Amino acid sequence: MTRTPRRGIVLEVDTSTPPILFHHGDSFRMERLPTGSRVVYPNEPLASIDDVDGAIDHALTNPMGDCEPLPALLHSGMKLTIAFDDISLPLPPMQTPDIRGRIIERVLDHAAAAGVDDVEIIAALALHRRMTEDELRHAVGDRVYDAFAPDGLLYNFDAEDPDALTHLGTTDHGEEVVLSKRAVESDLLVYVNINLVALDGGHKSVATGLSPYQALRHHHNVETMRKSRSFMDPDNSELHTKNWRQGRLIQESGLKIFQIETTLNTETFPPPFGFLQKREWEWNLRDRATFSATQAALRPMPWSARRRIFHSIESPYGVTSVQAGEVETVHAETIRQVHRQQLVTVEGQSDVLTMGLPYLGPYNVNSILNPILVSCLGLGYFFNLYKGKPLVREGGVVIMGHPNLPEFHPVHHPSYIDFFEEVLADSTDPEVIEHKYERRYAEDEWYRHLYRTSYAYHGVHPFYMWYWTSHALQHLGGGDHVIVMGGDVEATRRLGFRPASTLRDALEIASDIVGRDPSIVHVKNPPLLMTEVL
Amino acid sequence: MIADALAGSRIAITGSTGFLGTALVERLLRSVPGCELVLLIRPGRRATPQRRFEREILKNDAFGRLRDELGDRFDDEMARRVSAISGDVSKDGLGLDPEGRDVLAGCDVVIHSAATVSFDSPLDASVETNLLGPNRILHVLQEEGVTPHLVAVSTCYVAGNRRGRAAEEFLTESPFHVDVDWRAEVTAAQRARADADTESRAPDALRRFRKEARNELGAAGLPMLAAKTEQLRQRWVDDRMVEVGRARATSLGWPDVYTYSKALGEQALLELRGDVPLTVVRPSIIESALAEPFPGWIRGFRMAEPLIISYAKGELTQFPGNPESVVDVIPVDHVAAAVIAAAAQEPPTAPKVYQVASGSVRPLEYRMLTETVRGWFTEKPLYDSKGHPIVPDEWVFTGSAGLEERLERLVAGIKRLDRGVASLPLRGRQADFNQRLQDRLDLLEQALGYVKIYGAYGRCEALYSITELDALRESLDPADRETFAFDPRAVDWRTYIREVHLPTVVVQARVRQTPGARRGQSREDRLRAQVLHEDRQFAAFDLENTLIASNVVESYSWLATRRLGTADRIRFAAKLAAAGPSMLAQDGRDRTDFLRSFYRRYQDAPVDQLEEDAVELASQLLLLKAFPDGLRRVRAHRRAGHRTVLITGALDVVVDPIRPLFDDVVPARLRRHDDGTFGAALTDVPPTGETRAQVMLEWAAEHDFDPGQGVAYADATSDLPMLEAVGYPVVVNPEVRLAGISEKRGWLVEHWSPSAGSPIPRLPIGPRHRSARRSNA
Repeated sequence: MTRTPRRGIVLEVDTSTPPILFHHGDSFRMERLPTGSRVVYPNEPLASIDDVDGAIDHALTNPMGDCEPLPALLHSGMKLTIAFDDISLPLPPMQTPDIRGRIIERVLDHAAAAGVDDVEIIAALALHRRMTEDELRHAVGDRVYDAFAPDGLLYNFDAEDPDALTHLGTTDHGEEVVLSKRAVESDLLVYVNINLVALDGGHKSVATGLSPYQALRHHHNVETMRKSRSFMDPDNSELHTKNWRQGRLIQESGLKIFQIETTLNTETFPPPFGFLQKREWEWNLRDRATFSATQAALRPMPWSARRRIFHSIESPYGVTSVQAGEVETVHAETIRQVHRQQLVTVEGQSDVLTMGLPYLGPYNVNSILNPILVSCLGLGYFFNLYKGKPLVREGGVVIMGHPNLPEFHPVHHPSYIDFFEEVLADSTDPEVIEHKYERRYAEDEWYRHLYRTSYAYHGVHPFYMWYWTSHALQHLGGGDHVIVMGGDVEATRRLGFRPASTLRDALEIASDIVGRDPSIVHVKNPPLLMTEVL
Repeated sequence: MIADALAGSRIAITGSTGFLGTALVERLLRSVPGCELVLLIRPGRRATPQRRFEREILKNDAFGRLRDELGDRFDDEMARRVSAISGDVSKDGLGLDPEGRDVLAGCDVVIHSAATVSFDSPLDASVETNLLGPNRILHVLQEEGVTPHLVAVSTCYVAGNRRGRAAEEFLTESPFHVDVDWRAEVTAAQRARADADTESRAPDALRRFRKEARNELGAAGLPMLAAKTEQLRQRWVDDRMVEVGRARATSLGWPDVYTYSKALGEQALLELRGDVPLTVVRPSIIESALAEPFPGWIRGFRMAEPLIISYAKGELTQFPGNPESVVDVIPVDHVAAAVIAAAAQEPPTAPKVYQVASGSVRPLEYRMLTETVRGWFTEKPLYDSKGHPIVPDEWVFTGSAGLEERLERLVAGIKRLDRGVASLPLRGRQADFNQRLQDRLDLLEQALGYVKIYGAYGRCEALYSITELDALRESLDPADRETFAFDPRAVDWRTYIREVHLPTVVVQARVRQTPGARRGQSREDRLRAQVLHEDRQFAAFDLENTLIASNVVESYSWLATRRLGTADRIRFAAKLAAAGPSMLAQDGRDRTDFLRSFYRRYQDAPVDQLEEDAVELASQLLLLKAFPDGLRRVRAHRRAGHRTVLITGALDVVVDPIRPLFDDVVPARLRRHDDGTFGAALTDVPPTGETRAQVMLEWAAEHDFDPGQGVAYADATSDLPMLEAVGYPVVVNPEVRLAGISEKRGWLVEHWSPSAGSPIPRLPIGPRHRSARRSNA
């Protein structure tokens, strides 16, 4: 690195500001924001660690907090379980070698050296879909896969296998703690994480990743989400408070956890998408040409073809930190590292928050960002990427751009289709939906069967996605404060939002709420950024 | 006074369930309080004449006024004054029992208004009703030795295709009379039926019907094919008789078989009447009521209405005829009044003829009619399915000959196209194209029908004099002239069309007269609600193309390629693709044979390996191609408490991964060898076609279910036996033939498709299993 990465900035749009690039699903839009609008640009990618293997070794042998070095925890005859974050992290998937695979290989080396031969490796996917063979290979590497998978020692967690779960107890707040039986019966559980955003990691890794519906429902609900302000800020997140209580109960139960957390920089887009890493007025001739060519090439393509192109993107992330040891101490350092990369300070809230939603969220890797996931990406993830207070004022308006096509991946998201056709057709109120439909979907035998044997998200998962939006919906004052720009009209209405074809139309529609001359703030995400609103 | 003249008399009426008949019954009951009526009604399959009288006559809105007038006494009055007896003018002796004969013999007046008014009836049917019907009445009266006044309703158009004045006289008296022996016509008509029947049973003809039946039904199984073949034969004979009739009528100068048979009927009456006093009343084209029982009253969809509606919908813009020609229309209440007035006269010693027509005294010009219609629909347009108004086009007149020819050509062209499309493997919305073609064909054929009729009537530029009718009216008491008004001079055509006729027509046609999206439940919604109603007991599903857009060949290809190396995979796929057409042809002929021979390919395949691979097959092919709406429907049935069963020709291993979707699954099963491989033979007849219906019924019997409370989902004509075996058939993405059949039967049709965006693989080739990967690495 020849120069220090620049911090993110808040640009005030004036007459000389070029149009701003909005992500728009599997495409882009150039939008001219009204003069006076503010655009929040992310920090540039931090310098990465050159010697990642060295950093891993250092972390394993120099643990943080009250924890012995990994080699000291390994001995022959023991039961070792390694759990790792699933396909939902990172976004986009990272170019090989994936950091998880590198870490797992080092852990296995140590285990082999210590003569440990009872090792199982579990994708900690909670209620997410099972990972395919190709995805598992990508995450852990072919060597690990071929050594473990054929014998059934590398597998996806199954939250619906009653024989593979252990009820550990109930917290003093009544939250049940149910965990993978194999993990509970292990002498050591090593958890390998990628902490893409501040939501991830800490006690959430184990307490959520290896837990079934019975345990998750205590915090994956409307009330908790409304009290999590935001769920990206663990100190102010009810979601994390509850997870932490469950995590501490797990620790107290005697399960020894060796937590390994990693952070990445924001080197998100490889060539030819490099222009996405830059600020528009700094685009050179080549960036402009590439962008024009990309647009021209994408335009005639059907969405399915665009989708294939976008989903082939693998990010050239650099690793910025690896830390291991006791969960809470490790996680405190991890959060510091995440903030170092992502946090941008913004002065004051605005009436209108605009965002261009990309093609990808945590739940549609190699899949389709369906309308429910679009809602969750905008009002769940992007809205909550704040510390302090939201970018948009209470009672304000969110304008999010996305094609929002009523398209679904039938294998990955079967219960989403029914949620869209049946539940949202009835109500868009998270509380009503939770009360009226959640249990039926959560305990549905067919969804259960698809989750366990096919590659389906759990039947209840679309509900969680909708709950994720409930803080934003409450803060804004309802779905009519949400405008989907350039989205499918019918699908947008089904979500309870308002459709607009252009930014100008969207602002016109918003004017009955925020008036003719609202303050506007736009977040340029991705590359990822989190705002601290003063 | 008419009411006094008919007081205490018994009046027999034939054809009382028809348009004019209903008007007569109502009028007599309301305006002639002293008379009693004897209605000769043909018993229905399930309804007695009395029941038909109550349902088809008294329930008609014509009786609203009388109901109001009589109040609580209505039912008693009707029971006291009307007796409905079994009678059928197409049967010798009128199908009367001895008691019925006595009742008829006791009548003072017999009004014969039964007729086959269809212009396109088979020759022998028209002859039976229109020619022999009146004869039979005479015959019974003569056998009984009674001479009541016989008032026979005929038509002005018996005068035939001619120009100029047509007087109120019998045809034999007319200078234009063509001397035809009606007896010879009867014999010829009956012989023509026998000839056509013989011709239809020739081996070549039967082969043709059978082929046609197969084209229409596909592989629907023997019993259905046989029934269809016979149906087609009978239809062919009928069509032949229509053709023969039209030709015969035209050759003698009548516009159609209706007027031809009516004319000969008059002739026979005249010849055979003996001592029976005879009055013939000839109306022109009867249309909705001017005033009685209320303005606009009409029964059924008459001749001109479909034409008017087609025009208002923008479907027809060209009409045959000369704009200056006269359309002879007469309101139904005028005709009824004239018939009653004639019946109230002293029975005539010499037969009398009255024409009830408007053309000679109050002509309605074709141009005036069309301009008024256009003006009205411009002010009050119909709305299309999207709620947009349809602006009526200029009404274009053409010579009927040219138009007829053009339409004929168009119809022939579409029929060819239709046959072409029907043979394509189209489904669902694509098959809709064919349905649209069919609709267009129906419309054109309808139009062609109108053109033929109106063309003929248009050529018939006769003016029907009403001198006798005028004299009859003049002879009436002034009060009667008002009560029983039938002076066509009183009709103001513009007002009649705008305020009386058209408002009725649009109501009768149930067309949209309001803008905006349709409110309330659609027909589909209603059918869906029925299908999911808690009273239903079970739902049976086919798999391929009903719930999943895939088939046994694809599954096989996927499974077979999963463990092959790259070169082998390509070779395999190519081979299967080459064999595809012949396999499909076999599938079309007989699905059972197809499956039997196809499944031999699984011979010696290891069972456990296939079971393992089938789990992946479900995720990587079947579920990607599944119809989410279909899967949701299965689950909706289960939630409604219905037991669900999948009955499929697919192999058990293939469907095992989706078994939990259903309560029960009946798949095809291959024998399994002791060494854990598959054998070549199926354990049972695969559940497809007739077998599927049988399997379903056996399954339903096991659970004590009533098939009448069952729902069945299928997509192919080969599933017709299963669909017909349940009370609630649902057709999914039907192919062309089945789309036509379900449309006719009013079945619920669902258009289901794979999830939008589903990444369906282009070729059904399984991704390599890791064992194959390693060996290839």
